[in-house]
Amino acid sequence: MSDLLIVHSAGPNVTVQDRGRSGTLAYGLSRGGAMDRLALAEGAALLHQSDDLAVLEMAGVGGRFEATRDLRIALTGAEMRATLDGARLIWGASHLLPRGAVLDIGPVLSGVYGYLHVGGGIDTPQVLGARSAHLAAGLGRVLAAGDQLPLGADRGSATGNILPRDTRFGGGVVRVSPSLQTELFPQDQLDRFVRTRFIRDTRANRMGVRLESAGEGFHVPGGLSVVSELIVPGDIQVTGDGAPFVLMAESQTTGGYPRIGTVLPCDLPRVAQTPAGAVLEFRFVTREVALEAERRYRSGVKALAGQLKPLVRDPHDIRDLLSYQLISGAIAGDEL
Amino acid sequence: MTDSLVRSFPIVRSVGTDGLLVSFGDRLSEPANRAALAFRAAVDRAGWAGVEETSTSLVSAYLRYDPLGPGGDDLRPRLAALLAERDWSAAELPQGRRFFRIPTVYGTHMAPQLSEAAAAAGLTAAQAIASISQARVRVTTIGFAPGQPYLGELPEVWDIPRQSALTPTVPVGALVVAIRQLVLFSVTTPTGWRHIGQTAFRLFRPESASPFVLRPGDEAQFVPVAPEDLANMEADPDGGATCAVIR
Repeated sequence: MSDLLIVHSAGPNVTVQDRGRSGTLAYGLSRGGAMDRLALAEGAALLHQSDDLAVLEMAGVGGRFEATRDLRIALTGAEMRATLDGARLIWGASHLLPRGAVLDIGPVLSGVYGYLHVGGGIDTPQVLGARSAHLAAGLGRVLAAGDQLPLGADRGSATGNILPRDTRFGGGVVRVSPSLQTELFPQDQLDRFVRTRFIRDTRANRMGVRLESAGEGFHVPGGLSVVSELIVPGDIQVTGDGAPFVLMAESQTTGGYPRIGTVLPCDLPRVAQTPAGAVLEFRFVTREVALEAERRYRSGVKALAGQLKPLVRDPHDIRDLLSYQLISGAIAGDEL
Repeated sequence: MTDSLVRSFPIVRSVGTDGLLVSFGDRLSEPANRAALAFRAAVDRAGWAGVEETSTSLVSAYLRYDPLGPGGDDLRPRLAALLAERDWSAAELPQGRRFFRIPTVYGTHMAPQLSEAAAAAGLTAAQAIASISQARVRVTTIGFAPGQPYLGELPEVWDIPRQSALTPTVPVGALVVAIRQLVLFSVTTPTGWRHIGQTAFRLFRPESASPFVLRPGDEAQFVPVAPEDLANMEADPDGGATCAVIR
């Protein structure tokens, strides 16, 4: 019997995720996978393992977990309050979760999606080529108390490293490419689109993120009768009420509502991690800029492993400080 | 559409950073749909380096590729050369097509927008049921949700737009209509199309060896049944549907 990660409690939206599915688009099943793919890479760097191993994605709040073996973990994505047997754990870092110890991951502090990575990955069975829950398709489900997840074999040993904190957790400017339907929008609407400070709506999930703005909505003349066409993650769809919707990991694969633009893949983690109420703005970029941005994103991912720093424990966080032999090696001053 | 958007097809366009779309029309037509299906099959056969996934929509074939990887820069010229090889709109439909007759409850509380859709088409509810249920429609593409077919083309009167606001949710097996097409839902989802019929047909069976039941080119007819008859078919994943190979 394999080692397990035991779920003692789970927030309302904790799922197993990986990089999602390739090859199912033609059957109407979108790629799915982690909402913040950069977090997958960060966790992989922290644990010195592949980024195609499955992790737990936690929207808004985590849960209480325990492992049946000593387990390397990494905490990435949106920072959440985390403790190990009551002692505070630093986010964006790797740690050792001893067998039987209790890992508590509480509410999010900034951003939306936190990730719990484990050494060897979560080893649930693959369905249609991936372990990702695809909630919109009815594949897999959110985790609940009592779930026991098999753990993959861990060939690594490193823990106690930290990555520099990224800035993608509070909204900001997001780059977009023109979409198939961008030119259907009148120029004054496109101008207004890039001038608008959008507020991320509370209506958001793994399918898409709705955006609110103070001014009037966006409309294509005759836009309710365009031919249904392929959708890719990052497409910004404008439905009849005029509010843009950024389509995300579990988006539909085709649709007839016009898309005003497509968020660059490397900027999608920022959209995913923008909390409700925070501001997002959009800027159209050329194909050359989009490709250069992708190139930089990939070299940034490759460079993550080189940015690891050893965790320095803050004495305030060391619960059993008094049991440490802090004075061993000190000298009394009268030795010869 | 404005005059500046009139183009000659086929055209190749970028989709996002990592996709190419070859479109054979700007509205659904039978030849454009056949061309898209045949062209995607030809791309799959070609096995070009860099292509990660292919698909079709109603009138287009799609390729996802690595724009920074080997082969990425060669794809546009390769697509142009493949397009020039033949008249793709004259291509045959896929082989092994099947005809499904799917029991359907029209209207009632199970499909509450029948009257509204009929009115949009200028028909009475009874005329609408007769028109839809007598139509033999073809799967033009699988999309939106897993295994979910777009079916067409319905008579001209059904050229009705989508709703301006989304219906918050329709159930699995819902038959919806807009722009001369039907969609049969494989998941519970919001939609801008009007819910006119309800079936017990399961389109996505992830636990099965063939998880996606329908394929582009298959044909279907939505046969009217009473609500109590459909209730008896709920336990059957086919929802009482029959299937015959088209020869």
